[in-house]
Amino acid sequence: MEDAGIETARDAFWRMIGDGRLHFQRCDGCNNAWLPPREDCPSCWSPEWRWEEASGRGKLVSWVVFHTAFHEAFETRLPYNVAVIELEEGPRLISNVVDLPDSGIDVADRPVSLTIETDHGRTLPRFKLA
Amino acid sequence: MRGRIVIAGIGHTAYGKQPGRSTVSLNLEACRKAIEDAGVGPGEVDSLLVKVPTSKVEMMYGQKLAEAMGLEPRVGGVWDQGGASNISMIAIAAMAIEAGQCDVALVTLADNPRTGTRQAYEKAWGDDAVFGWFSVVASYAMIARRHMHDHGTTEEQLARIAIAARAHGAANADAQLRKPLTMDEYFMSPWVVEPLRRADCCLISDGAAAVVVMSAERARKRGVRAPVPILGFGQGNSSSDVPLRRDLTETKADVSARTAYAMAELGPKDIDVAQIYDCFTITALMTLEAYDLCPRGRSAEFFEEGGFGVDGRLPLNTSGGLLSETGMPGLQLVLEGVRQMRGTSSNQKKGAKTCIVSNQGGIMHTHSTLILGN
Repeated sequence: MEDAGIETARDAFWRMIGDGRLHFQRCDGCNNAWLPPREDCPSCWSPEWRWEEASGRGKLVSWVVFHTAFHEAFETRLPYNVAVIELEEGPRLISNVVDLPDSGIDVADRPVSLTIETDHGRTLPRFKLA
Repeated sequence: MRGRIVIAGIGHTAYGKQPGRSTVSLNLEACRKAIEDAGVGPGEVDSLLVKVPTSKVEMMYGQKLAEAMGLEPRVGGVWDQGGASNISMIAIAAMAIEAGQCDVALVTLADNPRTGTRQAYEKAWGDDAVFGWFSVVASYAMIARRHMHDHGTTEEQLARIAIAARAHGAANADAQLRKPLTMDEYFMSPWVVEPLRRADCCLISDGAAAVVVMSAERARKRGVRAPVPILGFGQGNSSSDVPLRRDLTETKADVSARTAYAMAELGPKDIDVAQIYDCFTITALMTLEAYDLCPRGRSAEFFEEGGFGVDGRLPLNTSGGLLSETGMPGLQLVLEGVRQMRGTSSNQKKGAKTCIVSNQGGIMHTHSTLILGN
């Protein structure tokens, strides 16, 4: 937060994650739901929207396994996965799946559920296979 | 407009490491060679279109380059669409010439990530860095994984594309990597971000390439030695970041190709040779599908062993592509298309009459297509 007193949508999203709750944005005009946080509805361009708490249920769209660390903070945890999660309400986010099986097993479209973890000093929305 | 605009000249620097060279100097060398090839002088160039160097984005880069070349272009600037910029700028030049806005255009690309910084390819993706979400290759791997799930795509299919590119690169004296690849070697290649291996990833290269664009009429009057007609071009942009695409395996490459085919009055069956942007093997495979050059998820059966070779069903990336010739983002593929139409490629398809070239940028955010004839 550079400008004291002004909380952007992105700041609010991470503040609520810090409280252990995953929210997405829903448009007051067209009911579209989305992530990542932004200022206006990317469907009807309305600036009127509200936060809605996610149920925590979703599915795994795709995933990859890093065998290379592009930042030193991740060197010690290789190999690690990163996944695209689609919440049942529609919005998508990048996350990690905490109990992904070894490579070679296709887990695309498998149901997942939210699990809040703390890592590198930050509270993160992660997922486990449901 | 079909055939009324030509590529009149091509030029490129050496590929690989160019220590101490600025992108301005690399661009200038490629442009000097391109106008020599076209047989025109610097004084005749009245348009300069340049792709912004990926590894170091600078404001007003087009004007900086024009100054270094002593040019005051009537039409000039930078097109910021990643690798798709090159063909898109050729299209812009063609339309500007057709509209009487300029006569002789230079389209040029240079970058020096090999001796400079690779940060553009290894960077964190915003807030998602906390999940370990880094690099360009990871996003392509995310697409590849979903493509495997949806279409049964196999590693062997990806390998075929790398093997073809490496075979062609081995025969190209200008290629940065001249070492053929076998199927066994492909499977020994280490994972970078699974499911993509080192052998699926393009090279990191310094270098530059440039083309001269003018009307066919001007080329005839000026006695240009080997003009290559532009039959069609198109663009398409999926724009959204990878996770947000409803279907991760769809891009707007199909829209781009359909526009180009319609302009060229040609279809996929009329294409003799293809230069398909292969920053990663999955990119080339998905583009072949989007261009209707092979059925979805069936490239392996469609292009049996050797099917991408010069005598195969569709000669692919005959200079070695980004996987073997140079990892530069795309204009070199247009140069190889021009060589195929002139009959001067080091992996020449005999009697080739048409060549399709794809360029794309970001993580399949942007796409452009060019169809050349002879």
